[in-house]
Amino acid sequence: PVPSLHQGHLELIRTIRTARTQAEEREMIQKECAAIRSSFREEDNTYRCRNVAKLLYMHMLGYPAHFGQLECLKLIASQKFTDKRIGYLGAMLLLDERQDVHLLMTNCIKNDLNHSTQYVQGLALCTLGCMGSSEMCRDLAGEVEKLLKTSNSYLRKKAALCAVHVIRKVPELMEMFLPATKNLLSEKNHGVLHTSVVLLTEMCERSPDMLLHFRKLVPQLVRILKNLIMSGYSPEHDVSGISDPFLQVRILRLLRILGRSDDDSSEAMNDILAQVATNTETSKNVGNAILYETVLTIMDIKSESGLRVLAINILGRFLLNNDKNIRYVALTSLLKTVQTDHNAVQRHRSTIVDCLKDLDVSIKRRAMELSFALVNGNNIRGMMKELLYFLDSCDPEFKADCASGVFLAAEKYAPSKRWHIDTIMRVLTTAGSYVRDDSVPNLIQLITNSVEMHAYTVQRLYKALLDDISQQPLVQVSSWCIGEYGDLLVSGQCEEEEPIQVTEDEVLDVLEGLLVSNLSTPVTRGYSLTAIMKLSTRFSSVNRIKKVVSIYGSSIDVELQQRAVEYNALFKKYDHMRPALLERMPIMEKTASNGPTEIVQTNGETEPSVPDTKHPPLVTQPANQVTARSHDISVFTIDGSFFVTDDVFKNGLKIEFTFERANPNPNIAVITIHATNTTEDDMTEFVFQAAVPKTFQLQLLSPSSNIVPALNHGSVTQVIRVLNPQKQQLRMRVKLTYTHKGSPVQDLAEVNNFPPQSWQ
Amino acid sequence: MTMHFLLLFSRQGKLRLQKWFTPVPEREKKKIVRDMTTMVLGRKPRSCNFLHWKDLKIVYKKYASLYFCCGLDAEENELLALEVLHRYVELLDKYFGNVCELDIIFNFEKAYFILDEFLLGGEVQETSKQVLSRSIEASDMLQEVSVIPRSR
Repeated sequence: PVPSLHQGHLELIRTIRTARTQAEEREMIQKECAAIRSSFREEDNTYRCRNVAKLLYMHMLGYPAHFGQLECLKLIASQKFTDKRIGYLGAMLLLDERQDVHLLMTNCIKNDLNHSTQYVQGLALCTLGCMGSSEMCRDLAGEVEKLLKTSNSYLRKKAALCAVHVIRKVPELMEMFLPATKNLLSEKNHGVLHTSVVLLTEMCERSPDMLLHFRKLVPQLVRILKNLIMSGYSPEHDVSGISDPFLQVRILRLLRILGRSDDDSSEAMNDILAQVATNTETSKNVGNAILYETVLTIMDIKSESGLRVLAINILGRFLLNNDKNIRYVALTSLLKTVQTDHNAVQRHRSTIVDCLKDLDVSIKRRAMELSFALVNGNNIRGMMKELLYFLDSCDPEFKADCASGVFLAAEKYAPSKRWHIDTIMRVLTTAGSYVRDDSVPNLIQLITNSVEMHAYTVQRLYKALLDDISQQPLVQVSSWCIGEYGDLLVSGQCEEEEPIQVTEDEVLDVLEGLLVSNLSTPVTRGYSLTAIMKLSTRFSSVNRIKKVVSIYGSSIDVELQQRAVEYNALFKKYDHMRPALLERMPIMEKTASNGPTEIVQTNGETEPSVPDTKHPPLVTQPANQVTARSHDISVFTIDGSFFVTDDVFKNGLKIEFTFERANPNPNIAVITIHATNTTEDDMTEFVFQAAVPKTFQLQLLSPSSNIVPALNHGSVTQVIRVLNPQKQQLRMRVKLTYTHKGSPVQDLAEVNNFPPQSWQ
Repeated sequence: MTMHFLLLFSRQGKLRLQKWFTPVPEREKKKIVRDMTTMVLGRKPRSCNFLHWKDLKIVYKKYASLYFCCGLDAEENELLALEVLHRYVELLDKYFGNVCELDIIFNFEKAYFILDEFLLGGEVQETSKQVLSRSIEASDMLQEVSVIPRSR
């Protein structure tokens, strides 16, 4: 049936739905659009409304409807409510601030904002608040502000949200709404209250001044919230026994913003937060939504520790909830708080670990992230067991991240070398194809530095290769190890487990197998060839190795070919160099990432937390004189502050240290250095640098100047703040650089004997 | 509840309602709708109702044959968003009497009118079901008269 122009849009929808194919639908729509277009051209007022409605339906199906934009404007200007309703709807769907046409709406909206019927005013407010451009907002902000002061709650609530939109579009206009906010919270009407809280929240979030101004509302907000909780059943606002959860949550959020970084406000809301936290019904989602917001607020303001523990415990209970949404939200929140409230979150560790077995993918991911955040030296064995089990069974999308996490955690907290190697082996064998590319060099470095484990490691890796050569990172690390430690392998030197019995030929079989296997990537082949070559100085079957190497001299793979040619040359022309070139790799230095506090590992142990003063610092040495010295300090106490002198005499430069405790944080020591110069020439471009061991944190404030005047005619002072939460013996490495008599000077010193009073 | 968009679509991915609370170009809207339908329809049956997409939180819930899907700022309360979606469904249900997908298809403009009384600029404007229903009823009545009367 041909769709009739005079039919309403219902008939059109019915008709279009009878189309059996996309093509049929398209044909119907094209016919209808053509008819509608001609109707628009005829300026037919009677049918404009239903035609725009039809157009909106077709637009939803995905067909273009831009030719209806102007028609929407005409509908908005009509005096019929039906027309206005569809017109505004059409404007919101078809127009946006990108089109110039939308500005034509401004005048209509302005008129309708002042209309005698509130439902028309409502349409205008809604449209403006939904899609008003910056220009429209500027033009109409005054009208919105007027309506914000009306006693008509239907309009007031809409005006408040419209104001929010105006502020979002034109932040400078925020000030003009300030007077109208005066009595917003005295409203009884929940709609107005809710939107007022939203408006206040927006203003406080955008302006620190507004935030300060509105802080005084905290008691009032607390009262409103209290009434909501304590009041009896209110049919109008009840949701499963809770009164107006939407309003409760918005108030909690505003309290959060007001209480953040303010002790007094935080204290004023302490009780109500505790009350909400303990009294809210948790059987349905709505109660948990409120609890969730409460927890977020407690964690963000300056709450007392009891309240924080309460909040974390709520999250802990959430973890046990049957509803997976609640579990997910709990894990996300715990992840946010794990840094600041680490110990409290640790208490829920076993529940968190159980979530690794959850069926929901999003929950598993959060649980994994949180689990890694909770790993420490005490729980490493137990946690790693769970995480490795997770690695075995998790979806491929997790394996790369999980493997990286395991490596990181193992590196930080491995209880023993053997455990560390075993853990790495486990990851390589179970998730070997998912580990990141940079794991291979990192692992090689780790293995190199674990000297006493070489025999064990190479044996285990060899056995793994016998099982499976498909996982490239595993194969690469194994090849490398066999190349390095093949001699230990064949001589059966393993102490950690039963030594394997294997011959040189068997080992070479395996490595050659890697070269020919089509499972091996080019990179892997490179590793294998090099490993075979290295064994020429460790094995006796040199001839076999020479043969292999010469074959690959004509390999299609350019990289392989180059290596083979070079190794061949090594055999033929540079055989005397071969032993030296292929000898065991020395211990590798870890690159110093933060200067003098990192130490060269000379014995393969994991980094000590305090620098070992016997080793020289890793600092680039300039051409000029450099010395490293330890200094003794003498102590005086004068007037209650710790006063210490230490003299660093170097070409007449003298440095004094004075100490005091910071107020109010007793963990911070405030050290001031005073630099003076007894020589006849100024010391210019003077820079003082200091470094402390890992458990400390250091903050260097700006120096008083860069020139240490000659002949003690003044000094350079600089304040150092040292945070020492673990109350460890303070040590400091000091570096001074300056220019004296035209030449650069550098002096390094270690100060180890700070008096106990300065750091205890 | 700062919502960026609210979409209703069927199990076959057919769009039944689209409300955008931020200015988005037409092409971008189409892409977002495609992404949402693909992601949501691709979820395993007993997954949680939350997803991440770009820097937004996506909250969705299935009611009969319709998926209600909204995009929120990352700091929003997802559990409350579920309550917002649920409240909208309740409002539709009250208005249409046992609402089903066909009601939304044939009376899409009514669905929008109800939504526009519930949310404004992506935020909840009225928390009482009764007040909201009365406003819709009064607005519908106004459609019956040919000239809008003065309300004051």
